[in-house]
Amino acid sequence: MDFTKPELEYAELLPLFIVFGAACVGVVLEAFLPREQRRLPQVVLSMLAVVGALVATIVVGTDLERHTGLDGSSALGLVGAEGSIVVDGPTIYLWALILVFAIGGVALFAERQLEGGVSGFTGQAAALPGTDTEREASTRGLEHTEVYPLLLFAVGGMLLFPASGDLLTMFVALEVLSLPLYLLCGLARRRRLLSQEAAMKYFLLGAFSSGFFLYGAALVYGYAGSVSFAGINEAVRAGSANHGLLLAGIALLAVGLLFKVGAAPFQAWTPDVYQGAPTAVTAFMAAGTKVAAFGALLRLLYVAFGGERWSWVPMLWVVAIASMVLGAVLAVVQNDVKRMLAYSSVAHTGFLLTGVLGVQSAGELAEGQYSSLEGVLFYLTTYGFAMIGAFAIVTLVRDAGGEATHYDRWAGLGRTSPLVAFAFAFFLLSMAGIPLTAGFIGKWAVFTSALSAGAWPVVLVAIASSIVAVAFYVRHIRLMFFTEPHPDGTGVVTQSSLLTSGTVVVCLAATLVLGVLPGPVLDLVTSTGDFIR
Amino acid sequence: MTALSALAVKAAETHVPVVDPTTADGPFVLLWSIIALPLAGAAVLLLGGRATDRWGHLLGTATSVGSFAVSLVLFIALLGRDESDRQVSQHVYDWIEAGGLHIGVDLLYDPLSALFLLLITGVGSLIHVYSIGYMEHDPRRRRFFAYLNLFVAAMLMLVLSENYVGLFLGWEGVGLASYLLIGFWQHKPSAAAAAKKAFVINRVGDMGLGLAIFLLFVTFGTTSFSAISAAAPGATETTLNWIGVLLLLGACGKSAQVPLQAWLLDAMEGPTPVSALIHAATMVTAGVYLITRSNFVFELAPAAQTAVVIVATVTLLWGAIIGCAKDDIKKALAGSTMSQIGYMMLGAGLGVAGYAFAIFHLLTHGFFKANMFLGAGSVMHAMDDDVDMRHYGALQKMLPVTFLTFAMGYLAIIGFPGFSGFWSKDKIIETALVENWLVGVCALLGAGITGFYMTRLMLMTFFTEKRWAKDAHPHESPAVMTVPLVVLAALSVLGGLMLAGNWIVDWLSPVVGHAEHHEPPIPAILITLLVVAVVAAGAALAWFLVGRQDVPREAPADVSFATKAARADLYGDAINDGLVVRPGVVLVDGLVAADRSVVDGAFDGGSSFLAGTGQALRRLQTGYVRSYALSVLAGAVILVVTLVAVNL
Repeated sequence: MDFTKPELEYAELLPLFIVFGAACVGVVLEAFLPREQRRLPQVVLSMLAVVGALVATIVVGTDLERHTGLDGSSALGLVGAEGSIVVDGPTIYLWALILVFAIGGVALFAERQLEGGVSGFTGQAAALPGTDTEREASTRGLEHTEVYPLLLFAVGGMLLFPASGDLLTMFVALEVLSLPLYLLCGLARRRRLLSQEAAMKYFLLGAFSSGFFLYGAALVYGYAGSVSFAGINEAVRAGSANHGLLLAGIALLAVGLLFKVGAAPFQAWTPDVYQGAPTAVTAFMAAGTKVAAFGALLRLLYVAFGGERWSWVPMLWVVAIASMVLGAVLAVVQNDVKRMLAYSSVAHTGFLLTGVLGVQSAGELAEGQYSSLEGVLFYLTTYGFAMIGAFAIVTLVRDAGGEATHYDRWAGLGRTSPLVAFAFAFFLLSMAGIPLTAGFIGKWAVFTSALSAGAWPVVLVAIASSIVAVAFYVRHIRLMFFTEPHPDGTGVVTQSSLLTSGTVVVCLAATLVLGVLPGPVLDLVTSTGDFIR
Repeated sequence: MTALSALAVKAAETHVPVVDPTTADGPFVLLWSIIALPLAGAAVLLLGGRATDRWGHLLGTATSVGSFAVSLVLFIALLGRDESDRQVSQHVYDWIEAGGLHIGVDLLYDPLSALFLLLITGVGSLIHVYSIGYMEHDPRRRRFFAYLNLFVAAMLMLVLSENYVGLFLGWEGVGLASYLLIGFWQHKPSAAAAAKKAFVINRVGDMGLGLAIFLLFVTFGTTSFSAISAAAPGATETTLNWIGVLLLLGACGKSAQVPLQAWLLDAMEGPTPVSALIHAATMVTAGVYLITRSNFVFELAPAAQTAVVIVATVTLLWGAIIGCAKDDIKKALAGSTMSQIGYMMLGAGLGVAGYAFAIFHLLTHGFFKANMFLGAGSVMHAMDDDVDMRHYGALQKMLPVTFLTFAMGYLAIIGFPGFSGFWSKDKIIETALVENWLVGVCALLGAGITGFYMTRLMLMTFFTEKRWAKDAHPHESPAVMTVPLVVLAALSVLGGLMLAGNWIVDWLSPVVGHAEHHEPPIPAILITLLVVAVVAAGAALAWFLVGRQDVPREAPADVSFATKAARADLYGDAINDGLVVRPGVVLVDGLVAADRSVVDGAFDGGSSFLAGTGQALRRLQTGYVRSYALSVLAGAVILVVTLVAVNL
């Protein structure tokens, strides 16, 4: 059997190599460095890796060449790694976004001041909760530095996910990004049972949905005779007898991806996992996974199944409406900050899907109108910053039992810690889409694109859901500023190191700037151009 | 009405010049500094605070005089240019860039704005000088000068802007300055109320102007004068009529035309130099400027033009009648201002034939009315700020300079042959008679009433017997106040020279176009004689009613209905109350009730419904992985079914 050495475009794939390479080095460090000396090198290595990858992404992005696809359409970028990785404008933008959020993730992971000198991760994951071993690990101040390589592997998977050029690479990326996250979710220092339960649920359901994805991939291969998106695109446009095979394939592939983005009715894991996971992990996961999975969803639907969009757009109508309504309504009745944010993220998934289903061909767009792809990319940017910032603040508000996530502990926070309460209120307002915040521009972009594509019923539901969403965001703001503190006392804002406070400030600045002066970022989004088909 | 519509048809046939300026070069690059100087003055005085108290009034005056100097230089430069080359524009910077909306701070300097610059900065400077004396003992004099400078800057922006948005900026700016200055003596509740009234009524007009600008942008995709004037013939007449009517609404507010006239009389609560500068000479004429500047709209909008004529005719009589019954010298002058602006609006409404005369009357009125207001201020200064003419009398000996200068203004406004007002008003009446006899007769009647109330004012103030308060010791004002009076009096006398050789008509023709000459139904000289005769009759009537009889110190109560009505501003406030305020209050009460019951009810009901739904849905979140997995499976089935259903 002949074996051909694959041609790899090392220069263009550099961000991937940096992240995966650093992750492997991290594993080696774990193996060879003594336990107490591991943290600093791991933090520095992770930070260098994500920053380096970000720089590499920018360098790659600045000189992409024009590539003409099979159907004659032309876009910036190249198809690399024997067709399995596509580096085009959207890939570069998503990479940059994921890496920026990863920087925030590393910073939040590395925070030690909040827990009095140890990280927010459990001292010894293998120790059963409530045993002497656990207490001993806690008193010795042990911590798991494996979280940094795990984070890097997850980041690598996130980078690969939206850049996949075929279904198999996409599946591999899905698993590479998911497995480290399953683990990370179970490593909380406090409320370990909740954390472990979350990890277990996430893993089981994730595996279940991956099965759907894989089955869908098999059906589509059966229809198209190819797993590459370009090949599937060609087959879909050419048309073939087994149309049912294709439809079932699209639906099952969509299940796998919609599960990852947390769209209804695949959202059930979101509140449990967001609540149970260490908050630093939740922050990173909420932003990063959403960006990566939406990137993958966009590529799959727009590139591989672009010719079949009249079939899958109605499906997305159903999912988008269900997500928005379920997310918004259920968020109203929560009394835990992390669960409220989790349900709001479900609603945001619905808003993002509203943008995705607003797909139109270039000829149908009015002059100067933002395409649905551009709208979704901008929305992801604003959403990610607000989410990381909000969860970072959640890590700050604490009482004797660790993070105080129950609403009772947030009542009256505006009087004791006005700055933190104000920042949190600002993130909430941005998520609610109040003008002069980034969220408004994002919502505007996706709603208009859906509207111009004729999806006005979805937009109506979206607007109604936004109004409901305003209710629970503003309720929380009222809770912080205008409600008498609970008799058991208000949570205390703990002094954090620069790692967390810096993350909050950066997210706050980004949210403000994107809302007041969105022009440059919108231009950037526009200049990324389209997917390579 | 048939006569009015005949007028409308004629207007549509005339040719309107297109605004087509060249880029500023040579001395014209200084154009921006005309606005920048007083603006900088206002900024320094307002931000500098008390530190600038000692020299603030001098700085304020200097910036205004500086602006006048630049305006004069540019005017001379413009005189030296060819008639076809007298439109200059300057791009200062890009202001608003959003989608298809491009608005720059662009300035347009042409014969029309040149005249306005001279009027605003010239009269403005004189009033600054006068105020140095008038406000000498006011502890907030520096702030007063800051507001005056702010006003001058805004007014200059209004007349210099090359697009409607810049004009609107100036328009709102003068509105703000007017508000601040009417209420300058804020310790007086009446002044605060007057400022608020002026502001609120002007909002109505401003809304009209705002809507007009939106409509212009929707129709033409731009707000620039040059682009709109070129594209206007392409728009439908209906659209242009709507734009014209909305512009007129704006003009009514700022220029105190019926039905938005009620604020001007109350505005006299402000310091007298303010009344002279803002509420007589400049700001209130902004409506006339707006209509003249928008001639490219109005010439193609006959219905709107007719509306202008009707509003103007009503107002010129309305103001004149009010002027007849007022004992407050400033309010009598305010009624007169309203009436005279009515004449200007009439001129502007008559189209190409009238624009130049409207502007001509605007300028001469600026001179003689500023003169008379400052004269009234001088009288009040002498009489311990008493404004009631029934407490004056026989002041001509005590205040010789004030009397003589005031007399020049008086002769000018009633149109005594040779004085400036004679030339300008006569032209408007003549044109009105040519275009439409009914309007012409009304204008003629107005001139007669003007003769009456001005003579009454003159007699009650300077002649008849003394009716002074016991402790009154009238004295002539200091030179810093009388010198501006003398200058303005000279201008009131000589302003008519602008008509020599038809200069002002030729000067303005690049902006407003050339009118075909229509012969009046009766020879022009006869019209002139007729006007003079009517005015003389009015003055004589005043002599018989006021000069020959004793003037009671208290206003008599048993007067005719007409007098009562005129004293009550022809029930302008009552009409506003009945038509707007009371229904408004009822509406607001209704809305509050609706808000309580319907909106709050829907909101409360909606939120409890949401909470109920949420609680129900919450049960789905069992926490069991098996049920979650089931929901994933169900979701997958839904997706497949949807996809298949779509493709059936």
